[in-house]
Amino acid sequence: MKIVACIKRVPATDTRVRVAADGAALDPSQVEWIINPYDEFAVEAALRVKEAVGGGEVVVVTLGHPDAGKELRTCLAMGADRAILVKDPDAPRRDASATAAALAAAIAPLQPDLVLCGKLAVDRDQGQVGTRLAHLLGLPVVTEIKALAVAGGKAAVERAGDEGTTEKLEVTLPAVLTCTKGLNEPRYASLKGIMAAKKKVIEEQQAQGLTDLLATRAMELPPARPEGRVLGEGVAAVDELVRVLRQEAKLI
Amino acid sequence: MAGEILVIAEHKDGTVRSASLQALTAAAGLAAASGATVAAVACGPSAAGAAAALGRHGAGAVVTVDVSPSDPAAWAASVAGVARARGAWAVLLAHTTRGKDLAPRVAALLGAPMASDCIEVRAEGGTLVARRPVFAGKALVTVAPASGPLVVSLRPNALMAQERPAAGAVSSAAPVVPDKGLGVVLKEVLASAAKKIELTEAGIVVSGGRGLKGPEHFHLIEELAEALGGAVGASRAVVDAGWRPHADQVGQTGKTVSPQLYVAVGISGAIQHLAGMRTSKYIVAVNKDPEAPIFKVADYGIVGDAFEVLPKLTAAVRALKAH
Repeated sequence: MKIVACIKRVPATDTRVRVAADGAALDPSQVEWIINPYDEFAVEAALRVKEAVGGGEVVVVTLGHPDAGKELRTCLAMGADRAILVKDPDAPRRDASATAAALAAAIAPLQPDLVLCGKLAVDRDQGQVGTRLAHLLGLPVVTEIKALAVAGGKAAVERAGDEGTTEKLEVTLPAVLTCTKGLNEPRYASLKGIMAAKKKVIEEQQAQGLTDLLATRAMELPPARPEGRVLGEGVAAVDELVRVLRQEAKLI
Repeated sequence: MAGEILVIAEHKDGTVRSASLQALTAAAGLAAASGATVAAVACGPSAAGAAAALGRHGAGAVVTVDVSPSDPAAWAASVAGVARARGAWAVLLAHTTRGKDLAPRVAALLGAPMASDCIEVRAEGGTLVARRPVFAGKALVTVAPASGPLVVSLRPNALMAQERPAAGAVSSAAPVVPDKGLGVVLKEVLASAAKKIELTEAGIVVSGGRGLKGPEHFHLIEELAEALGGAVGASRAVVDAGWRPHADQVGQTGKTVSPQLYVAVGISGAIQHLAGMRTSKYIVAVNKDPEAPIFKVADYGIVGDAFEVLPKLTAAVRALKAH
């Protein structure tokens, strides 16, 4: 069984965002990079499927800056068999359609049985790439899965449906699945895994098919919230809170 | 800008979802500014029942398709077919649980760019321009399509729905069932234990954090949320600790919410949490630590113990509502 997991390098979630000089992107200086948290669930899910079916290959793919090898190396240390870096110096600025096209060009020749992605990347927050990738690969997609079991060429998955429901679906492979929190707890790389990863080669390709359909004209910081007001301490302040919620905010 | 804006409307048994009426209001505003027409597409067996409300909120035309939203591949193929047939230059829908799954499917089928979870759309010199949060709200970007139609999903509660009566002339279109959809079969839908208000669409959210000291005390949060008619949220710390389900998490690796009122109880206010709720209209914080960062963004703060403040607050809200 061949399983592909897509990852993206993103700024750490505690990053204080500063806008670059061009006024349309993140200033990448002083940014600490991490694997997109939702993509870690995808990598972990890929490893668990391989373990559950008793064999196969996990290939981790990223469209990334030529420096993004470190994140792929981490995935190899977790247990992935191969890693492919699709190089694009402008990767952080790519829109979802260009990102999906570049990933599809790299993934299609692998003829995977299963493609796993994070549900969104916590930088651009678009949540489109997995679905667009499925469309380009001609595969069905289920988004935001929180449970996964693969057997007999089928995946049994669960996702949050409307109004707090849980949907249980059966997906005939090959398919694309996007992963959300709750699916698993990503493992830490073992020392043995880290040593083994050092010997593995990260395969590099030039990105293909990069045409952005959506242009970012400007990036700005959100307006500051007005200075807050502490009404008082303990239960003594409750009456005043209820009063302002009723009279100032008109919410009760 | 002539042409048509198509709104994909969600409804339940003919009652249109308020987030969809908000999307329709945004479309009607764009149309008024640009000279475009507005059509709405509603799907499912009772879609015709939604037509009157859609017309009242600005849809000149309402297209019904007998395809179930529980089959998203067929739903997407059907509404993309309507968009293509009508030559729509913009497709708007609400960024709801279903909408955020549907929108990229429609965009992919149309070969169109998409702007996700937008808080504003406007027509500017013949182009549709959208504003949307990135980094979970730590920054905003202004985006525009390089060419062709644009799919826009709109954040619920980013604007208020308004009535703007239009013809609402009803027609129907044939459903499209794509081969690809056949690979996915919905086996079962499990109802939630309690009837839950969707966190991202709720007008009021009450969230609890580590200050609650344990999952057994979250009934205090639930009771206040119920008294206010709101949804229950949680900080990442308590979700990771297993006190609350992942679906309740507010913040950068959880849900971004934008309610009229956000009440944070026992939540210190990590940057990732603040990012997920800072666009709330009013923020109330209850925390023992007067130095907690949550007080920097809270319109109204109470420095105090959640175990003392919450029961009194819940009782006061109940008493007020009983009048």
